[in-house]
Amino acid sequence: MKYTLIVYGAPYSSQAAHSALRFARALPGLGHTVATVFFYHDGVYNASTLITPPQDEPHLNQAWAELKTTQGCELLVCVAAALKRGVMNDAEARRHGGEVHNLGEPFELTGVGQLLASAQSSDRTVTFAP
Amino acid sequence: MTDKTLILIRHAPHGTSFAREGIEAALVGGAMGMAVDIVFAGDGVFCLLPDQSAGALGQKGTLPMIKALPMYDIETIFVDRVALQQRGLEVSALAVDAIECELASVTASYRQIVSF
Repeated sequence: MKYTLIVYGAPYSSQAAHSALRFARALPGLGHTVATVFFYHDGVYNASTLITPPQDEPHLNQAWAELKTTQGCELLVCVAAALKRGVMNDAEARRHGGEVHNLGEPFELTGVGQLLASAQSSDRTVTFAP
Repeated sequence: MTDKTLILIRHAPHGTSFAREGIEAALVGGAMGMAVDIVFAGDGVFCLLPDQSAGALGQKGTLPMIKALPMYDIETIFVDRVALQQRGLEVSALAVDAIECELASVTASYRQIVSF
């Protein structure tokens, strides 16, 4: 079955992102795939390329990127939730007069409508909240 | 079982932005022509109380967005009967026309549920 995962939890603040990753990694072994991971609410912080955990803790931003490499899933970030929390790509930073950005491939900024579209085209939708 | 998407709101209007972001998701779905229904459960039922204001934290109120749901073709607003009872609330005192329901039987009939 195709799964959409929704992540509301910021990295390292709650278990949400870690649990979502573990769930996503377990799916192929049971014959399922992750089609989309959608980051909303504080979950958008997972997409920041500036995440720099201590070396003995999992690097969540890189872990999501590896998930895309291994499973080919989309990593979608709600643009409205991200911008107001200071997470944006080069184009949005320029549009708003900023000089720096902290989001890039393989994460994509998108609208929340895409969340509902992803859910409707998947067999299962699972939410990971703090 | 319906192919519509159910938006489940479990948080109060203030304190976190979950309720607001969930209602926004419902409105966006409606604006994009998707078939969306919405259910308020747990502390989410407080979103439906009348006479709400924006609040001291500068958060916008959620009630005007809820009242706008029918304009986005979201006609079905469910509210969990048990959640109302637990909080001493009556469906007749709510600010919008909501359908009292048993949460489990509503959620069981939707293929996709997005929870806030």
